[in-house]
Amino acid sequence: MAKIVGMLTTSHVPAIGGAIAKNLQQDAYWKPFFDGFIPVRKWLDEVKPDVAVVLYNDHGLNFFLDKMPTFSVGAAPEYHNADEGWGIPTLAPTRGDVDLSWHLINKLIDREFDITTCQEMLVDHAFTIPLKLFWPQSPCPIPAVPVCINTVQFPLPSAKRCYAFGQAIGDAIRSWDSEKKVVVIGTGGLSHQLDGERAGFINKDFDLKFMDSMINDPAWATQFSIHELVEKTGTQGVELLMWLAARAAVPGTLQKIHSNYHIPISNTASGLMALAAV
Amino acid sequence: MSEYPPIPGTTLFDGSQARKGYALNKMCFSFNSAACREEFVRDEEAYMHKYGLNEEQAAGIRGRDVLGLIRAGGNAYYLAKFAGILGLNMQDIGALQTGMTVDEFKAKLKAYA
Repeated sequence: MAKIVGMLTTSHVPAIGGAIAKNLQQDAYWKPFFDGFIPVRKWLDEVKPDVAVVLYNDHGLNFFLDKMPTFSVGAAPEYHNADEGWGIPTLAPTRGDVDLSWHLINKLIDREFDITTCQEMLVDHAFTIPLKLFWPQSPCPIPAVPVCINTVQFPLPSAKRCYAFGQAIGDAIRSWDSEKKVVVIGTGGLSHQLDGERAGFINKDFDLKFMDSMINDPAWATQFSIHELVEKTGTQGVELLMWLAARAAVPGTLQKIHSNYHIPISNTASGLMALAAV
Repeated sequence: MSEYPPIPGTTLFDGSQARKGYALNKMCFSFNSAACREEFVRDEEAYMHKYGLNEEQAAGIRGRDVLGLIRAGGNAYYLAKFAGILGLNMQDIGALQTGMTVDEFKAKLKAYA
């Protein structure tokens, strides 16, 4: 059976793509962010996962309001990035793993998560930039399966539901008849708000408590409603749902490989965690 | 109506906003395509007409009024594609919405560290 080697979570701000394209990793503004990835890449070099399952949220590249699935799973042999309209470079396509996709789809629906399946799926910066940060090579050296959670149009799935979704994803991966090593990635957050008079809102205390909970009390944030999470973390800070689901996929005690928290990257409190299965 | 009290300075993009803002968001979604961005820049009025924007939405686009566009049903992610055409980044947009200069907005962000 397949084995989950651990989980990675990171913010996915579009401006990171611009900084990579301009080689600004050692620039004073960007260095505290990019340096966080060095120990994580070292760990990935050691554990060598064969495939990644990436929980992310689309920002209006693949999905528009005409059809807005709450949970969707990619089932494509290859995933293409494309022009997102805000001027960041388009990254190389990422290979998929169609066997894993359909295993996930079958198992998730079996568990009553009636997801949308996508045999074609454009992936935006929330999928491509984290992969680029963890594996700077182009194209990404390992295949990946995108799993998208709606955070565009309310009502959003609750934190509790996203946690249960993550648990079902973890169980599905562990029941996959394969010798492959899988890493689960959650992208988004941490606290930030782009829109409204409250734009620029950040909540460091909540973020640090949330990051601590990822290690010691992974279901902690499921106590909050979506409304409470928006209030505490901002309209886009609610993307921490992706972190919650990724953590739920890898239950039990995990070993902290590295974490990093830096304010600000663009308008965002950026967070990074790498936790290894023990 | 929501069972929760409103969050100051925050509009949740719910069904009511999604219905109100559909034409505006659909136009902004089209800005993923360079050809559509160029078409908009060539003739903004014709492009807005093509997507059926109402007067409130059209006024928000003409005035580059981000808060007005949110009130008219605009969603942050689609509006950001409009901001891309204008060459504005997220700090510019933040400053516009909060009545600060861009430097003041950046300082506000940094102060959270």
